[in-house]
Amino acid sequence: MAEYQNIFTRVQAMAPAYAGVPLPYGNKEREGPPSHWHWLGKLGDAQVGPIYLGWLGLASALCMFICIEIIGLNMLASVNWSPIQFVRQLPWLALEPPPPSLGLKLFPPLNQGGWWLMAGFFMTSSVLLWWARMYRRARALGMGTHVAWAFAAAIWLMLVLGFIRPLLMGSWGEAVPFGIFPHLDWTAAFSIRYGNLFYNPFHMLSIAFLYGATLLFAMHGATILAVSRFGGEREIEQIVDRGTASERAALFWRWTMGFNATMESIHRWGWWFAVLCPLVGGIGILLTGTVVDNWYLWAVKHHVAPIYPAVFAPVIDPATLQGVKP
Amino acid sequence: MMHTVHSRSACLALLGSVLLLAGCERPPVDTVQRGYRGTGMEQVYNPRIVAAQIPANAMPADTPMVPAGGPPASTVFKNVKVVGDLGVGEFTRLMVSMTAWVAPDQGCSYCHKAGEDFSADTLYTKVVARRMLEMTRHINTDWKTHVADTGVTCYTCHRGQNVPANVWFAPPADTHAAGMVGNRAGQNAPAPSVAYASLPNDPFGAYLDQPNEIRVVGTTALPTGNRQSTKQTEFTYGLMMHMSQSLGVNCTYCHNTRSFASWDASTPQRATAWYGIRMVRDLNLQYLDPLAGVFPANRLGPTGDVPKANCATCHQGAFKPMYGASLLKTHPELAGVRAAVVPGDAASAPAAVSSNSAVLLFAVGSPALAADAAKGLEPLVAALKADPAAKVTVSGYHSASGDLAQNQELAKQRAFAVRDALKAAGIAEDRVVLQKPQSAEANLAGEDPKARRVELAVK
Repeated sequence: MAEYQNIFTRVQAMAPAYAGVPLPYGNKEREGPPSHWHWLGKLGDAQVGPIYLGWLGLASALCMFICIEIIGLNMLASVNWSPIQFVRQLPWLALEPPPPSLGLKLFPPLNQGGWWLMAGFFMTSSVLLWWARMYRRARALGMGTHVAWAFAAAIWLMLVLGFIRPLLMGSWGEAVPFGIFPHLDWTAAFSIRYGNLFYNPFHMLSIAFLYGATLLFAMHGATILAVSRFGGEREIEQIVDRGTASERAALFWRWTMGFNATMESIHRWGWWFAVLCPLVGGIGILLTGTVVDNWYLWAVKHHVAPIYPAVFAPVIDPATLQGVKP
Repeated sequence: MMHTVHSRSACLALLGSVLLLAGCERPPVDTVQRGYRGTGMEQVYNPRIVAAQIPANAMPADTPMVPAGGPPASTVFKNVKVVGDLGVGEFTRLMVSMTAWVAPDQGCSYCHKAGEDFSADTLYTKVVARRMLEMTRHINTDWKTHVADTGVTCYTCHRGQNVPANVWFAPPADTHAAGMVGNRAGQNAPAPSVAYASLPNDPFGAYLDQPNEIRVVGTTALPTGNRQSTKQTEFTYGLMMHMSQSLGVNCTYCHNTRSFASWDASTPQRATAWYGIRMVRDLNLQYLDPLAGVFPANRLGPTGDVPKANCATCHQGAFKPMYGASLLKTHPELAGVRAAVVPGDAASAPAAVSSNSAVLLFAVGSPALAADAAKGLEPLVAALKADPAAKVTVSGYHSASGDLAQNQELAKQRAFAVRDALKAAGIAEDRVVLQKPQSAEANLAGEDPKARRVELAVK
């Protein structure tokens, strides 16, 4: 059955475009005639549109546009407005937060982090507006708001990194730069400065939820694809009305690992793992520097870090020796 | 049709992977465990890169050693300020060596202007070379904490080039930092100085030319006032990337990466590196920066500063410059030490002369006594003249290499040469007793310079 060994969608239902449920009173109607894109159908649904942005969506898009313009034009300026160098050096380019010497100054010079604060403000506005849009669209369709709350977990981590923790530390300079390599180098430096983030228990939890979520998603996706010939894709109905697909999938996991999720629980597990990853990660970041200064020493103090046998002769910090040149 | 689509996607996928991996080094690499198992303290070497570095780190051909004797260079030549304590022979050899190390193409005229007296300080290169000689002696005597007894010579940095391949200058000011937009904050550029990371790309000015604090990590679990920022950490990180790259090693050469700051988890190399940072800072501040007025404009950096040293200046990609081979052993004068008494191949030299005994050393296969040897014998001759009853025994020795009969004849001839020198100095022939050596223990070590000798003893 080659159909199930392909990463692309094999079945594209061709039918008249669906315009969506009628919207409650006061909502603007969706815009544009829907169309079908065959190649998009390889990844998801082939239908594109009708589009609904609304005021929240428009405001969010505008804020994100301003944010990206600020970041992009700063990067372009830093390479002398050369489009070629902009492309070549793009992974290295960044917009840096204010230097630590400026503390929490609200209006630092534009080129000393002022642009960064503005970009951060517009990015945050855009993301929060998009969150409100997600919430309201879910409500408009009569859905639950699970997606919005999952998104909120990610926004929490973003706000901790770029806003809440810098506030608590008293310095915008503690925040993350906008840039591809620069934010990665920032991450490594952040871990080094605070004595190795891997000894931060909330970081440990976050990693467990990150990999756990991918594992659960892989197990679930594989299971449903494997029983789809028996009608396994009708997952939600099968929460209460188990058919042979559901029973076979359950039996498969009971045989292979002695226990199985249900068609309901697997989605709750997946959702919680995904949400808890940034949620506990944000807690870990928030505690770093504010409550704990050196996670390695913290882990030694609480018997988390193991002691290894010495391999080298004891090494003494030369700075502690008398008569040594500085 | 399907087949074409598949092979086209396969081609695209292959092209994509090649592009993605273009910046990577191909396997296999060698991994060497350094710390306790499971701690990830491993050195990773790319054998192809290491092989390419070997020729650049080979030892150069050295000039042959010369006898230490002779009048001090400062009495023979004019304007010898640093190495005037050396004998003329040693001094000349050092000059020849320096030429080979620093200016093999230009020769003496690189520092001594052609047509002028050698003592003239006309060329800036001579003034710099003099200061560099002082610096080399300073390193070899005061920075043994970093260079140990291996020491450094001009060649450690220069490797046959006028200017060492790895020097650094202060970068020009970022024109955008002063403007309204586009401030890079001294980082975020693909800079080789920090191994192409986006880290602050001039860690040298802050740490190798100024005594800024490098340590950023807190020393207590909970906050107790350490105000070092994450940005500050990026500067330290940049310096460490430079060190790692200059030595061709990983972080784990010095640190256990689970706690970079802990000395009890570090390797002994970290202490050596600690002294290295202080040494380079000392050299830049004391020796290189003050040369600002000496260098011509074409040797200066974009901001008019002098070329300065960092880890790569000496190390040049190797964990130890030239993999720890020492040129200082045959150039002890660069540590401010007079050469050990070793004869050259031209003639013999007095090794140790006092009023009642002397050892004279000879060149390989030569019975000829150096012209100045008789002068060196003066204390002994004076003692013999003061005591007319005393006699002197003369015994000739030879080294172990070569034909035994020939060597014994050579030893006898050496003794005769000394006897003749004593006669020439006014000692009656009957007071000189030629004595065949009782023991030949010194002859066991092969071509031992100390074996080719004549011993004298006043009885």
